[in-house]
Amino acid sequence: MTTPKIEFRDVGLRYFTPKGETQALADISFTVAQGEFVSIVGQSGCGKSTLLSLLAGLIRPTDGEVLIDGVPVTGPSPQVGFMLQQDSLFEWRTIAENCVLGPEIRGDDRFEARVRAEGLLKRYGLGDFLDSKPSELSGGMRQRAALARTMCLRPDVLLLDEPFSALDFQTRLSIADEIGGIIRNEGKTAILVTHDIPEAIAMADRVIVLSRRPGRIKSIHPIAFPSHGDRRPGSFAARDAVEFPSYFKTVWEELEVHVE
Amino acid sequence: MSSDTSIAAAPAASAAPARTERAVVPHSRQYHAWLAARRREKLQIVAAQIGLVVAFLVVWEVAPRMHWVNPMLTSYPSAIWQAFVQMVRGGELGNHIVVTLVEVVVSFLLAMVLGTAVAILLWMSPRLERVLDPFLVVLNALPKIALVPIFYIWLGAEGSIYAVAVAVALFITILMLYTGFRQSDPNKIKLARTFGATRRQILAKVVLPSNVHTFIATLKANAGLSLVGVIVGEFQASKAGLGYLIVYGSQIFRMDMVMAAIVILGLMSLAIYALIQWAEFRITRPAKRGG
Ligand SMILES: Nc1ncnc2c1ncn2[C@@H]1O[C@H](COP(=O)(O)OP(=O)(O)O)[C@@H](O)[C@H]1O
Ligand SMILES: [Mg+2]
Repeated sequence: MTTPKIEFRDVGLRYFTPKGETQALADISFTVAQGEFVSIVGQSGCGKSTLLSLLAGLIRPTDGEVLIDGVPVTGPSPQVGFMLQQDSLFEWRTIAENCVLGPEIRGDDRFEARVRAEGLLKRYGLGDFLDSKPSELSGGMRQRAALARTMCLRPDVLLLDEPFSALDFQTRLSIADEIGGIIRNEGKTAILVTHDIPEAIAMADRVIVLSRRPGRIKSIHPIAFPSHGDRRPGSFAARDAVEFPSYFKTVWEELEVHVE
Repeated sequence: MSSDTSIAAAPAASAAPARTERAVVPHSRQYHAWLAARRREKLQIVAAQIGLVVAFLVVWEVAPRMHWVNPMLTSYPSAIWQAFVQMVRGGELGNHIVVTLVEVVVSFLLAMVLGTAVAILLWMSPRLERVLDPFLVVLNALPKIALVPIFYIWLGAEGSIYAVAVAVALFITILMLYTGFRQSDPNKIKLARTFGATRRQILAKVVLPSNVHTFIATLKANAGLSLVGVIVGEFQASKAGLGYLIVYGSQIFRMDMVMAAIVILGLMSLAIYALIQWAEFRITRPAKRGG
């Protein structure tokens, strides 16, 4: 049996504050295979960001274990790339300088990192903007620059925390399609957190539905589009696939149950 | 002339055509009229400002001469000018200015360096900050001028001037900078943490660069405060400086001397302010692109 890329074993997380304890996550157990794309949906406050923070090594679980390649996560690792809701590009740096932030913090070779950053930015269509300031870029371009910044450390696990929610609807569709394609082509393992059900379905191989706080796994839905043959359609095409509406209905109902 | 208008096309845009879609429209007749109206308005404002100063000087000159007010109490501009010329001829004025200026610059720099160091220390160690917080609040609230006699006894005439000026500027520096540090974008800090940044790296890569504007605001506040501190220190005990000139002039009832010193003080703070403004422009101006 091969070790899964990511494994949650009976993970629970409680936040401690002077006001009391908040159980954010409880009894979370699941695995993600190498190269798989998993979406996590749930209402706001159900612990989605918490789950990613655990994987990124920003916080430790209060119960259970989080493993990557069978090894418990003990802190941030260059192997794990995190894309946050805000692109958080540093406005005092150029795009290329923003892109090498990770390697810079890790103490990698600067020249090598710069070459890698320029290569990534060119591939993502930002070749003309290496020396631009973030304010000169549109929302979609900024998000692509943020992806390049994440990729610059060559992570093999990507965590995406509602990375498209700050974009307008049209940009959001095309950027999701584009970034989804990039991640698939490069064979990365990815976990996408969102509360947009169509987006979750269109991008993923599996959708995990979390219950309300404390977040528990309510159900897991494998997503496949046999109508498109063996190749998985891009997220744009997936939205038009014949299978899409029924997935949407199922996930929708799973979430709907919780509305009082 | 009006290079400060935002209408001027950004030179950066022309370098990369695809970058912005700011359309360049040939200037219409209405646009020229609008520009002319703007220029007129600007001129009118400057004229009003000059008029205000002139009117003030005229009233100040005429009122004491006509004995509407007691000239002993108010002096008048021409007398102040004469006092000024006389002091310049005597060579002592330059000395007074230099003494005060040196005191201001030295205590300003001391307060800035010390304050920045403490603010960084507080940010690096939240526990230390929690321990020191109430003390900082009390020290900041305490009127530092109350300490002048103590500083005088401890440090003598010269030392007490620096001590007051630093004390006046230091705590506000610490609080302003530290508050700015605390308000750094939590998302940027989280991002740095996902890359495994240490607290020191977060400071260097996120907190300090994102607080350039806080730093400049602190510089501005500090310049004024150091000047206040120095003058107050000179009031207590000094043998030279503009503060000394003011006290001395009032003791021998030479209002012209007092007023001349105050005017120079005003000009001095204006010069310092302009210097900082210039520094701000140099620092925050978008860097020139290579290529
Ligand atoms: N640092 C924290 N301290 C205390 N409670 C927290 C903290 N972060 C999150 N929480 C709480 O944990 C729950 C889950 O938060 P989060 O993971 O951000 O949810 P989601 O991303 O699904 O909206 C929320 O109720 C939130 O209030
Ligand atoms: Mg969240």
